[in-house]
Amino acid sequence: MPTNTLNDRTFQVNDEGFFTDRDEWSEELATDLAQLIGIEMDEEHWAPIRFMREDSAKNGPTPTLRRMQTVGGFDIKELYRLYPGKPAKKMAWIAGLPKPVGCV
Amino acid sequence: MRRLLILGAGTAGTMLANILRRELPDDWSITVVDKDNDHPYQPGYLFIPFGTSTPERVVKPRTQFLPKGVDFVQTGIRKVRAADNEVDLEDGRTLPYDWLLIATGAVPRPDLTPGMADGKLWYKKVFDFYTLEGSTRLHDALETFQGGKLLVQLTDMPIKCPVAPLEFVLLVEDYFRTRRIRHKVDITYVTPLDGAFTKPIASRELGHLLTDRSIRQVTDFALERIDNDRQVLVSYDGREQPFDLLVTIPLHTGQQYVFDSGLGDDAGFIPVDKKTLRSTAYDNIFVLGDASNIPTSKAGAVAHFAVETFVPNFLALIDGRPMPNSFDGHANCFVESGRGQALLLDFNYDTQPLTGTFPLAGVGPMKLLGRSRLNHLGKLAFEQIYWKVLLPGHKLPVPTLMSMAGKHEED
Ligand SMILES: Cc1cc2nc3c(=O)[nH]c(=O)nc-3n(C[C@H](O)[C@H](O)[C@H](O)COP(=O)(O)OP(=O)(O)OC[C@H]3O[C@@H](n4cnc5c(N)ncnc54)[C@H](O)[C@@H]3O)c2cc1C
Repeated sequence: MPTNTLNDRTFQVNDEGFFTDRDEWSEELATDLAQLIGIEMDEEHWAPIRFMREDSAKNGPTPTLRRMQTVGGFDIKELYRLYPGKPAKKMAWIAGLPKPVGCV
Repeated sequence: MRRLLILGAGTAGTMLANILRRELPDDWSITVVDKDNDHPYQPGYLFIPFGTSTPERVVKPRTQFLPKGVDFVQTGIRKVRAADNEVDLEDGRTLPYDWLLIATGAVPRPDLTPGMADGKLWYKKVFDFYTLEGSTRLHDALETFQGGKLLVQLTDMPIKCPVAPLEFVLLVEDYFRTRRIRHKVDITYVTPLDGAFTKPIASRELGHLLTDRSIRQVTDFALERIDNDRQVLVSYDGREQPFDLLVTIPLHTGQQYVFDSGLGDDAGFIPVDKKTLRSTAYDNIFVLGDASNIPTSKAGAVAHFAVETFVPNFLALIDGRPMPNSFDGHANCFVESGRGQALLLDFNYDTQPLTGTFPLAGVGPMKLLGRSRLNHLGKLAFEQIYWKVLLPGHKLPVPTLMSMAGKHEED
């Protein structure tokens, strides 16, 4: 497993760059990660990230966009605005969680 | 008398009824509930659009595959009242149970996407092939299609048989080639995933196959709605894909009664321990097949391996012994690729599909993640194996747990 270092903090990631240990995550690290992909974290950006962490802590898997909508009450279009292109992947990456995959 | 109740007489429910009737003593009653008496061989739906199978051929009476000594109750399931150990049926009856095995599968839900089932193009220019009706109507639509933009589109995971959309797009390409109008048909595979498949190595190999056949790919496309007036797909981020003919794989959920019984997650799949398939909420409920939330393919092959793992566990449990087996999420599927060939995928919870060969006793090594004629013949043979070996619960020469023999590991 590769190790990543960002602003003097190290953490374990998988080959796609997603955290393998959710406890190595912190809000400061998330803010720095977000900057790398051009996202400035503000309250609007934090809300879905916090939901993702709480939901996965309780249930296990990283929530999918559809779950973010039905359980978290987020608007999917709004998530696309906040995290353009690949919101589910980007949010999971910033939240220090595994990539959300619908099961194969 | 101890009462075992099985909900659903599809792939998993029928296997369970057959095996458990042989294994359980006579003082056990076994009751199976299903809403109708038509057992479809669902993998056959893939071939109906191309005329290489027919609706008559894929459906047989469920009762023909249920053993003597099992009561078959033909009606809909309305609600499981797990706290009372009872199930309410649509005909007004209530069935009590000591042990409940849920095998009611997953269901395509075109009604959940705006403009899909409720749109004026449904079953005119927009089709699914995940139901008998959809695949039959699509057959007529393909026959009259003379050219234009064809989209094969996946709405979201999880779905039954996650390779079927890819098989379809490869087969439809071959179909138009054989009809000699391939050059008039512009084929695009539209997926919400970031590649052809969710697991990286298979995604790469299958992606090449699409490129080789000049099939375009549109990735990360999360469908919001279908605009019927303009004949376009619209994604959540505002991208559009126009079509003349759309073959869609709708969202899937668990059954309505699962929602109504408060047993499922937000998508209606029932949370279980992924190693034992035991409900996380009720100790006397197990879930086999597509109805649970285990993180592997929703496939008949998985249902088969899961049932084989489950039975010895169940027998031990009712005997007061610890459960000996642990399910590894083993999935094993043929991927039809057209031109008389198929690929084979073999994977589980922890290991993604890899290249290499699959050692199969008596038949010889089958190519993993590469095309071959033998794989194609394997896929075709499976129809008979399904009716004659799998459903009656006989042993297949395939290991229940995944084996690494023959597989190439990559870094
Ligand atoms: C197009 C297509 C291609 C496929 N190809 C393959 C393949 O190549 N290989 C493979 O391994 N798998 C394949 N599959 C998947 C496979 O068919 C399913 O995974 C398998 O049938 C699941 O078994 P199950 O017992 O969980 O559910 P099912 O076989 O779907 O059975 C569920 C049963 O429950 C009954 N039921 C549901 N709700 C109620 C209710 N409320 N009241 C009464 N009865 C109810 C239904 O009538 C049904 O009989 C394919 C599926 C499709 C659609």
